Amino acid sequence: MLTQETAILQLLESVKDPEIPVLSIIDLGIVRSVVITNVNDDQFESEVSVLVTPTYSACPAVDMINAEIKFVLTTAGYRHIKIEQVLFPAWTTDWMSESGKEKLKTYGIAAPIGKSCDQTHIEDLKVVCPQCGSDQTILISAFGSTACKALFKCSNCLEPFDYFKCH
Amino acid sequence: MITTKDIDNPLIKFVLHLGDNALIMGHRNSEWCGHGPILEQDIALTNIALDQVGQARNFYQYAAELISETNGEQLTEDSLAYLRDSWDFKNCLLAELPNGDWAQTILKQFIVSAYQYHLYQALANNQNEQLAAIASKSLKELNYHLRWSSDWVLRLGDGTTESKKRMEDAIAILWSYTNEWIDFADYEMIILGDSHHSIQQDWKAKIKSVFDEAGLMIPVDGWMQKGGKVGNHTEHLGYILTDMQFLQRAYPNAEW
Repeated sequence: MLTQETAILQLLESVKDPEIPVLSIIDLGIVRSVVITNVNDDQFESEVSVLVTPTYSACPAVDMINAEIKFVLTTAGYRHIKIEQVLFPAWTTDWMSESGKEKLKTYGIAAPIGKSCDQTHIEDLKVVCPQCGSDQTILISAFGSTACKALFKCSNCLEPFDYFKCH
Repeated sequence: MITTKDIDNPLIKFVLHLGDNALIMGHRNSEWCGHGPILEQDIALTNIALDQVGQARNFYQYAAELISETNGEQLTEDSLAYLRDSWDFKNCLLAELPNGDWAQTILKQFIVSAYQYHLYQALANNQNEQLAAIASKSLKELNYHLRWSSDWVLRLGDGTTESKKRMEDAIAILWSYTNEWIDFADYEMIILGDSHHSIQQDWKAKIKSVFDEAGLMIPVDGWMQKGGKVGNHTEHLGYILTDMQFLQRAYPNAEW
């Protein structure tokens, strides 16, 4: 039988990043844990705390994601939901799941390369074009359409594309 | 309106100071939204502005928590940003100065990024866990702020006759506002302890190395402005607040 925590984590799979709707918050690795307190015979009367870590300090998706977590758990029947923000350790793209990286690529966004602590300069990375697979790509700007992305261009298929920055 | 100017707790003052620096820099940079010289740089600067507002949110949330623990007053990140008057703000004067041209905006951002980068590195090891957490989180994006602004100082300083002149003019206009960042107030010294020496040295070294590479001269020592850290501001801050706080003043408690 599933523990209640695991069941809740499975429910949270349906909460997507509003900016990149192919990624769930589990793929992103921003749900640090689920804690059940005040355990009650009626599981929906127990208190559910979801510990989340924000991706970027100012990401406007964060408030939306928190509202969505509440919505999904409320719809499932839970009545006492708490969302706690955890700042430490800071979120890193290293926590993104492999399947999440695969989904990103299919969606047209190049996934973060290597470990965040490698500190390779973004200009020096060999980012592979998610459209045609060529590694002949150039950085246009380290800042892109959202805080988490940089803008690249492929010299082979000539298409611009987003790269999810290591963080 | 609320006020925080009578608060004497050094930690609260320090956290408000950090939040105010981030918010006022973020607000100024956001004024470039839609006005950048080219699309990519417009986006770069507004990304930085957004991140600075994000830093400010983290610091204000923490300050609100500390204030309520100290005197029971229920404040929020929003009340700290929107309901205080200029004498409550503890940001450095450079942050509130008008953007000027692109060179002045770049120089402001470079001076501040070099400072925040070294400050947050020191804070990441501070014994205060919440400060350390916010600092480590902020550092990830600070890397990008500092590289971007250093690259632009280089590009303008080592660019055309016109771009070099713009950068030199920017230095002449803004230099007297640079020292305030490392002229630590009492409340900063209490929280930073010995780490303040390395912040000062690293900040100076970073500016010197980028200026050297860009062929720019560091001005000779002269009169340095200060006052922001204790709430004595230039007239510019009042105009920023008039703009930024308009909605809360016209429609108190408005939410959307």
